[in-house]
Amino acid sequence: MRVTADRGVCVGAGLCALTAPGVFDQDDDGVVTVLAADPAADRRPDVREAVDLCPSGAVRIIE
Amino acid sequence: MTETVATPQTEDAPAFPDDRTCPYQLPESYVSWRDEPRSLSRVTLYDGSHAWVVTKHEAARKLLADPRLSSDRTRAGFPATSARVASFRDSRRPFIGLDPPEHGPLRRMTISEFTVKRMKGMRADIERIVHGFIDDMLAAGPPADLVGSFALPVPSMVICRLLGVPYADHDFFQDASRRLVQAPDAPSAVAARQDLERYMDGRITELQTRPGPGLLGSLVAEQLANGEIDREGLIANALLLLVAGHETTASMTSFGVITLLEHPDQLAALRADPGLAPGAVEELLRYLAIADLAGSRVATADIEIDGQLIRAGDGVIVTNSIANRDGSVFAEPDTFDVRRSARHHIAFGYGVHQCLGQNLARLELEVIITALFDRIPTLRLAVPVDRLTLRPGTTIQGVNELPVTW
Repeated sequence: MRVTADRGVCVGAGLCALTAPGVFDQDDDGVVTVLAADPAADRRPDVREAVDLCPSGAVRIIE
Repeated sequence: MTETVATPQTEDAPAFPDDRTCPYQLPESYVSWRDEPRSLSRVTLYDGSHAWVVTKHEAARKLLADPRLSSDRTRAGFPATSARVASFRDSRRPFIGLDPPEHGPLRRMTISEFTVKRMKGMRADIERIVHGFIDDMLAAGPPADLVGSFALPVPSMVICRLLGVPYADHDFFQDASRRLVQAPDAPSAVAARQDLERYMDGRITELQTRPGPGLLGSLVAEQLANGEIDREGLIANALLLLVAGHETTASMTSFGVITLLEHPDQLAALRADPGLAPGAVEELLRYLAIADLAGSRVATADIEIDGQLIRAGDGVIVTNSIANRDGSVFAEPDTFDVRRSARHHIAFGYGVHQCLGQNLARLELEVIITALFDRIPTLRLAVPVDRLTLRPGTTIQGVNELPVTW
């Protein structure tokens, strides 16, 4: 699993950082950053949930 | 266009919005639309115009993320659910009323103050505020009006702290916010808005002379000073944050307390295991959906969804209170269950306009429901729930008074 985040479309809802901390974070401007582009297997359910909850479509998984 | 799309039967379209008769149950008309197989119901608004109400969760999410639906209330066809809402057409739009690409930069000016990290840093402050108002309530003794003594002042003090607005002015802006969201007609809505605009204008002038703290302080010192936002735009955005910060959390608090007290097994489970609190907050948000007109939009192009056609210029209201009761997503949707996984609710909306303050709301509600029942374990309603006067369906759902005792 590879994780990407489009900082251009992020609206700073923070659901990714809330749902999959350690994989996603928000920078000082509140915009998404990826901390772990290749998350460990045990984090993947959280990552999938974060992707599903993201309201702007900024956070994606490339299998 | 496909020929299977039915022409809407607008002549007999029922009235919308409808009023709740129970704080935590949908009006009967909403239940009947929710239980129909189609995703959209045609409704009649107060002024005789028609709009689509979206009742299914998947369709609701798709439409709220669809760039062909506009949040611009000045566009022809934008659905006005009351004379109060119609009166806002002539005022300066805050960022929630703008579409991309104008929307993004203005929202981005504010998001750094609402991040998950920032909220974690506010937890101790919020706990202190919540316990402070509980101390005052206990010292005054029962009975109490939970709205006036707790549900409203807690979020009011929190949003003041965050924005950098003096809490000493709370009598004025709590009253003006309430008048704004509950105005019975256009002139009183306009008057309340002008009062708040004048207040914000004065606060901005003060901050220009003497720099101050909070989000408003930094917007004045940076974005207003360097021209990224003009004064009217800043007033509109600051007013939005102040009003939204008050009324929504206050309503969720009073309706949340009612819901927990009316479901004693759920309240007992929560009290026995405080680890359930974050999930209970999500379930309360799903179940209560107190801001269920915030998903009002107008179509800028024809959109076909689930075999139904929204035409360009049609009003669309994504009614999250109904979508949150979609049984295909939430099993037994009318059952309140603090242990269910409710996180896919759309109480905060979806798409680029999803609630900016959602993580603040989550934190406040978690602290509130934990502390309140911990400190006042015998808390109960002082009147039967069916005797409470609920706000009408045209505004943020809630009560203006909640008599409680202990």
